[in-house]
Amino acid sequence: MRKKLIAAAALAAALTLTACSGDGGNGNGGGDGGDNQVEVFTWWASGSEKVGLDALVKVFGEQHPDVEFINAAVAGGAGSNAKAALASRLEAKNPPDSFQAHAGAELSDYIAAGQLQDVSSLYTEFGLTDAFPKSLLDRLTVDGKIYSVPSNIHRANVVWVNPAVLEKAGIDASKAPATMEAWIADLQKLKDAGVETPLALGTEWTQMQLFETVLLSELGADGYSGLWNGDTQWTDPGVKKAAEDYKKLLGYANSDYAGLDWDAATQIVIDGNAGYNVMGDWAEAAFQQAGLKYDSDYTTWPVPGTDGVFDFLADSFTLPVGAPHEKAAKAWLQTVSSAEGQKAFNLAKGSIPARTDVDASEYPAYQQTAIASWSSDTVVSSLAHGAAAPVAWSSDISSAIGKFGSDGNVDSFLTALTDAAKKALG
Amino acid sequence: MPARTRKPLSRIRSWGPPLLLVAPTIVIIAVFVYGLIAVNTQVSMTDRHSLQPATRFVGLENYFALLTEDRFLHSLWNLLIFTIVFIAGTMLFGFLWAWLLEKGVTAEGVFRSIYLFPMAVSFVASGVVWRWLLNSAEGDRASGLNRLFESMGLGFLQNPWWSDPTWGMAAIALPAVWQLAGYVMALFLAGFRGVPIELREAARMDGASEWKLYRHVIFPQLGPVALSALVIVSHMSLKVFDLIMSITKAIYQTEVPATYMWVVLTGNDYAKAATIATIMLLLAAVFIVPYLNYTNRKEREGR
Amino acid sequence: MTAAAPTSAALSLAPAARTRRRILSRTAKYVLLVIFVVVVLTPVYVLVVTSLKPPADVNPATSWGLPIRWPWEAATEGGPTGFDNWTLAWNALAPSLGRTFAMTIPAALISSMLGSMNGFVFSLWRFPHANLVFTLVLFGMFIPYQAIMTPLVQMKTTLGMPSNVVTLLIVHIIYGLPICTLIFRNYYESVPFEILEASRVDGAGMLRTFGSIILPISVPAFVVTIIWQFTSAWNDFLFAMFLSDTSGGPVSLALNNLAQGAQLSNYGASMAGALIASAPTLLVYIILGKYFVGGLMSGSVK
Repeated sequence: MRKKLIAAAALAAALTLTACSGDGGNGNGGGDGGDNQVEVFTWWASGSEKVGLDALVKVFGEQHPDVEFINAAVAGGAGSNAKAALASRLEAKNPPDSFQAHAGAELSDYIAAGQLQDVSSLYTEFGLTDAFPKSLLDRLTVDGKIYSVPSNIHRANVVWVNPAVLEKAGIDASKAPATMEAWIADLQKLKDAGVETPLALGTEWTQMQLFETVLLSELGADGYSGLWNGDTQWTDPGVKKAAEDYKKLLGYANSDYAGLDWDAATQIVIDGNAGYNVMGDWAEAAFQQAGLKYDSDYTTWPVPGTDGVFDFLADSFTLPVGAPHEKAAKAWLQTVSSAEGQKAFNLAKGSIPARTDVDASEYPAYQQTAIASWSSDTVVSSLAHGAAAPVAWSSDISSAIGKFGSDGNVDSFLTALTDAAKKALG
Repeated sequence: MPARTRKPLSRIRSWGPPLLLVAPTIVIIAVFVYGLIAVNTQVSMTDRHSLQPATRFVGLENYFALLTEDRFLHSLWNLLIFTIVFIAGTMLFGFLWAWLLEKGVTAEGVFRSIYLFPMAVSFVASGVVWRWLLNSAEGDRASGLNRLFESMGLGFLQNPWWSDPTWGMAAIALPAVWQLAGYVMALFLAGFRGVPIELREAARMDGASEWKLYRHVIFPQLGPVALSALVIVSHMSLKVFDLIMSITKAIYQTEVPATYMWVVLTGNDYAKAATIATIMLLLAAVFIVPYLNYTNRKEREGR
Repeated sequence: MTAAAPTSAALSLAPAARTRRRILSRTAKYVLLVIFVVVVLTPVYVLVVTSLKPPADVNPATSWGLPIRWPWEAATEGGPTGFDNWTLAWNALAPSLGRTFAMTIPAALISSMLGSMNGFVFSLWRFPHANLVFTLVLFGMFIPYQAIMTPLVQMKTTLGMPSNVVTLLIVHIIYGLPICTLIFRNYYESVPFEILEASRVDGAGMLRTFGSIILPISVPAFVVTIIWQFTSAWNDFLFAMFLSDTSGGPVSLALNNLAQGAQLSNYGASMAGALIASAPTLLVYIILGKYFVGGLMSGSVK
């Protein structure tokens, strides 16, 4: 599960670094020569992520016993300072062998600066072109090239539902509303039934995630994906409709949302003070921790209007240009993408594998539903988690959303979104 | 300060050795303050908006773009609200505490130490507890100050604190006031103590009431101290970063130039980050340069 | 202030009434002072109390109360206790505590040493335009460090400096120079001129004068700068965030990660962490408070 890491998504992209730190020198390859070690930077230093990484490293040790794994994990997602340091380290041509980054557009700055190697040949070599869903490959491919290997997948367009709350208004939680309108009508019913905050919401990035799912609902998978390459105009009436719907949704949210972290927002649903919360599937851990049972105490569905679409975000590993131990780095990427590696990692971390050739029955109840959707749904990229837009663009959108949260002015919101797109797409 | 001449000394000793002794500092400051400021300014005038190197000199283009940008103006507005509350709060409490403690208070040292202690704590540490105190939930879910108000029967005082769109920044200033009011108190206390005893006694002899003594004799003496406090507190306000990062993280609602610069830099827009930084420097200079001038002049007069 | 005529109040009040009024105003004063003490200490109360509550006992309704179960009571029932917060916080911060000491102490000593040399020159052994140079040095203490941060980060990378406390140590020495210089300069301003005269008559050079006459009397100023530098380097977050990472950075960074990087907010552990991270500077403040204030005051230039 990912937590605030994600909160810092806009920042955290590459908090990978550290290289130069402490035991320094590894990054330079130096006297060791050879490909008997691999220096890997991640932000998986605690909790289930650390457990996941350890499991992955164990598999790596079995698959490549001759390569020593050098763990350069940097604790805490808030250590996003590393971004600046990593950027300049790459610039100084002193990269680690591989670093963790969100898959997708967040890599585009590095790609544009020529700091990442194309790894699409590895996809062929490792048979990933068949193992990964076609629509994921489409999302990862930039001008015919792929720059990272995803290790795990999360889904962003999930509504977490508390059936007990819905019962107060006589709403059946097991059936998802078919459209955004139907959902808004249900929200109103809840409000009328005396539920003060039908929808739980949190701080800026969770608002961004809610907004992206509304966009997705309004524009459909193709229309939504088109926003990020210019095929869909931000002046499209669908965007305006999405902004208006989003504004309505804000009207059903807890008034203090700006000040809550995602877990505090999810907690409102867990405590039975709100009916719904749109959150990535790392929220599963919060429900588990509270001892709730899937399907009876809580349930999930895709955000209304996004059924059949999988709004994905992923962690992935890269191969920087000039990696000192390139062969070892490829071995690492091989393990990351292998069936054993993905299974070991994702079972421990609570996410799902990027590969579709997995036995879902080995996973817990919620993950099983996600795995089923993953292999059949259309995959689109999450905005709030760096997959859809480069860092600067997401930051512009994020601030527009922050502003909209306080003034609720649809027109100036749309102008800000259009301007941001113009700036980013040139 | 008693007049005393140093001239003979400097005439006798050549100025070589002393210059040599401070040379390391001069070089370090020249490089790490002025040199880096120059580099920063230079970057701010290029088109280095990504990881790629700059391709051309753009003059003041980035400055014009920034100063017409809503988001930046919003961050300046936030900074202004923060600064006003911060300055007013620290000056008010600092002055009040100093005045209360100024004379004849038993256990004065204890009070003073308590008022001043938050200064020894980092913003990151105090941010942890203030994030809790300024929790914006109200009613059943309320905790922090809102809960306290409610349980004291002051429920109407509950408010969303920093998540209020208009006045949120004023709430962020509360922890800063808590942290630095004691500092201003210490400055004022020194000011009070610096008032010559004779002045007080002369006024008493004239039968002035306590209030008149303060109003006409002592307060006017505190001008320079108040000025120092004002300048120091305002330049601290300009730098506020740690506190916001630890209470709200970098979000639009509480964005000030310092956190905006951080967001921009992590988005690899070096030119824009440098531009914001230069504007911050100019804002600081507006306070600092005249103040340094003034202190210098005063010192020369005093000598 | 010669004209102030005796006020009518002072004349008309009978001694008894005046005493009563004095007692009243004294009482009011102490009441106010105590109220402010309560307000100032409230966050401390919250920190301590919350850090001692087991996660299960944390809920909004009782958030201001003392722990329902003190850690030792909770311990008898098994399950998590308030001490677990402290263990968690300690484990998160302990690795960085040693590093932070290794950074702050040398940083304080070295910039104090340089500062005393500078202060000596700028106050007692000047050269032409020393005042201008001093002012230019002093300016470095007031700049928003953002203005040098971007190039500094790049410089660090170009030179291959590590993202840990070693780099921060150097940075704190550099940016601590202006204030240390200022403190020593102000301190030496009060050194009697005759001492220098005597040394000059002896024919002692600058270095000998500094070493044998000035340094020995500089102890109080050293205490002030060392405390000041120690505290500000310890509490620094800005440089730490830009120039180091959590695997090699100081305690402020580790605390921020504990408080903000947690998967689910754990206020108990965060608050225990805040107390642990603040303990050294608070101890210094409590033990050497007088000197601490000395450093504060010098921030006001004169």
